[in-house]
Amino acid sequence: MVERLMMGNEAIALGAVEAGVEVVTAYPGTPSSEIVGTLAKMAPEYGFYVEWSTNEKVALEVAAGASYAGARSLVAMKQVGLNVASDALMSLAYIGVKGGLVLVVADDPGPHSSQTEQDTRVFGKFAKIPVFNPATPQEAKEMVIAAFALSEAEGMPVLVRPTTRVCHGCAGVTIDEEKLKKNGVKRAHRFERDPKWIIFPRLSYERHQWLVAQEKKLSHDFSASSFNEVISLAWGHQDAAYGRGHQEKLGLITSGVAHCYAMEALERLIQAEEACCEGTALRNYAVLKIGTTYPLPADLILDFAADVDRILVVEEQDPYLEESIRNLLQLAGRRTKVLGKETGDLPYAGEYSPDLLFKAIYRFSTSGVARESSAPPGQKAETETAASLVKAGTAEIPVRPPVFCAGCPHRASFYLFKEAAKGRDAVFTGDIGCYTLGNAPPLSALDTCLCMGAGVTIALGLAKAEPNRLHVGFVGDSTFFHSCLTGLVNAVYNQTKLTLVVLDNSTTAMTGHQPHPGLGISATGAEAPAIDIATVCTALGVKYVRQVSPFEFEDFKKTALEAMEFPGPAVVVAKAPCVAVSKSRRRYYIDQGLCRNCGLCLSKIGCPAMARSKRETERGGTAKPSIGHTCRGCGLCTLVCPCGAIKEVETG
Amino acid sequence: MKSLHRRFDILLAGVGGQGVVLASRVLAGAALKAGLVTKTSETIGMAQREGSVTSHVRIGTQVYSPLISQGQADLLVSLEPAEAVRNLVFLRHSGWLLVNTEAVIPVTVSAGLSKYNDDKIRAYLAAYAGKDTKEERLILIDGSKLAREAGSEKTLNSVMLGAVCGIGLLPLEREMVLETLLRMVPPRMAEMNKKAFDLGYEAISLR
Repeated sequence: MVERLMMGNEAIALGAVEAGVEVVTAYPGTPSSEIVGTLAKMAPEYGFYVEWSTNEKVALEVAAGASYAGARSLVAMKQVGLNVASDALMSLAYIGVKGGLVLVVADDPGPHSSQTEQDTRVFGKFAKIPVFNPATPQEAKEMVIAAFALSEAEGMPVLVRPTTRVCHGCAGVTIDEEKLKKNGVKRAHRFERDPKWIIFPRLSYERHQWLVAQEKKLSHDFSASSFNEVISLAWGHQDAAYGRGHQEKLGLITSGVAHCYAMEALERLIQAEEACCEGTALRNYAVLKIGTTYPLPADLILDFAADVDRILVVEEQDPYLEESIRNLLQLAGRRTKVLGKETGDLPYAGEYSPDLLFKAIYRFSTSGVARESSAPPGQKAETETAASLVKAGTAEIPVRPPVFCAGCPHRASFYLFKEAAKGRDAVFTGDIGCYTLGNAPPLSALDTCLCMGAGVTIALGLAKAEPNRLHVGFVGDSTFFHSCLTGLVNAVYNQTKLTLVVLDNSTTAMTGHQPHPGLGISATGAEAPAIDIATVCTALGVKYVRQVSPFEFEDFKKTALEAMEFPGPAVVVAKAPCVAVSKSRRRYYIDQGLCRNCGLCLSKIGCPAMARSKRETERGGTAKPSIGHTCRGCGLCTLVCPCGAIKEVETG
Repeated sequence: MKSLHRRFDILLAGVGGQGVVLASRVLAGAALKAGLVTKTSETIGMAQREGSVTSHVRIGTQVYSPLISQGQADLLVSLEPAEAVRNLVFLRHSGWLLVNTEAVIPVTVSAGLSKYNDDKIRAYLAAYAGKDTKEERLILIDGSKLAREAGSEKTLNSVMLGAVCGIGLLPLEREMVLETLLRMVPPRMAEMNKKAFDLGYEAISLR
């Protein structure tokens, strides 16, 4: 066994290969994307199949099909992807699987880059399939291996639910090279006909009963699982002089990365108490870390609860464990107090941190229902330092929100569409991808963003409610294939006047440049058929379809005008590659002699390659703008410069 | 090399595209190689480039949380001055600050929606480091210039890694950090990154 530094997502991929995965499917989504990105790189060596699927529902169904034949399959997605795949999942739970089927669904507390903070553990319970919740990259890897074994043994799909801090954190992870080698040994598979594969109401009723029985059985089994662990912490002075009768024993029940934060917080709290309280704050702590969040290890929890005076449940997102544990104790006739979100002791929304838990655990330890505001030991009163100003939000630091890269074709598309729509009453509806950033000033081009595929359908709904306005929907190329097709068919069928702009930058950019059906390459980089977006739109019955580069400024603007005036649904495919895949060597510069310092280039397009020199600005606020090294030569700035001062750098 | 604390926490900050995440992986990779326990966590936000980026690197004999607690970082390394200020809350009272002096002006400033007050940013940093009169705990370096000298702006992260080693606080040998760095960059970029690393190291260790 060797240990290597890897990201949680790489550890998950490694676990899948060690478990002998044979079919891998996914649609990319932060923070899950690197799982299949890693597997796509490993696939040629080990000979398993990997694909980027058109969407999560397709991915899960493909994995299920492979599992029906007996292949071990892994499907990965982000939490909102499971919403798309949920139709398949709910029935698959009833039908069951043959080859091990593991769904890795990454949650995003915060959220850092998601539409919701939804809790996939609840989804697991809803579908009644086992859920593992890793706290570290190493555990994530072990859970994937265990999930394959459990899935195959029980004939159930199994869910592994990491969160952003596990997916995008690195740590040392052990590699079992013997197991890796075994992945290369292929098994033969065959789908066997059986009525059990056909979901009819009668079968559903039987399988529902089976699922309920499985919950009981697995709950019992999980009480002995090594993923659930009781940790006793009796820090502080242990000498007899301090033994004043009953010492309080405080219980924490933790899950996922919140467990790691809680341990950190406990360590600091106990150190601080030791340092400043001379042992007066003597308490014993016990921590129950739960890795199998569905079904809950009921026996283990009841045993733990019997051993502590009160319990604080530490979990991000929903009070899922908290509610379940309170219910479990009530059914068992116990009166142990359970604190958490529902009692106001911890927040529902947002990501947890060691700091947040340090304060919460301190309040918990000082009083059963303490919500006092006194500072925990070791926390000095804040003085007027720069740090405290930052904390209070009063420090003068520039806002640095995410923006389009320099040279991004989306900037040109949005700018030109806005120019084309000038003087008209137009609503721009957005979708999910880098281009959602088109909402940010100074472009301020997007008015809505809901979910994958809703760029076209929200425009459609608006068009039906207010037919006298112009409605322009925007969607990326990968999202077009993911879930825009049905909406576009609806627009054609229901005769809607709207414009759909497909921002085709030849990649799935935001999630890290995965290929998609339009590109002519597979997940592993092999040649694949390319599906042409304009041709698809024509085939769906759209009568106005034009493909034009947003860097052909005049053509693009003219096309935008035509499309918006077209009486039925119209599609503009704005085709120009993402700067990350194009490697443009063109550059522009500002001729300081011609520049009259009007500032339009800065205020109109929001290009991060352009700025006024900081030092000059400080002196008089009149420094002329210049173009920095991140310029990719798109030339959009030449369009807004009224003095012709922006010129291309001649390259030899 | 100083003796190892039970834990050494480094917060790396910068702007998307500057290579903060790679730098954090290099430190963590070197730590693992040195037989230490390490955890990292990165916050990269929504954009591929240009947004605020932070990466937490924790090295020690035992590490629970992948995130550093506020007021606990031993070293804050920022590839951009304003980003250093943004993350001061993480630095401990006796912590060290290594900051690249070249600003990256966000579009919000260019568009007049926000301000980049360079003097104020510097004052915040100086005030922080001067808290217990040990001025040398604030180390300013024109890393971007050194990176250009090495051959590309893109080697700024390597310059800063060299500079980190130059301070001499890390529980890691310089050679091990450099070796890990060279393993993680594309082979054709290795020479340029080595030069950048050395320039950063010398700029600090020969102060």
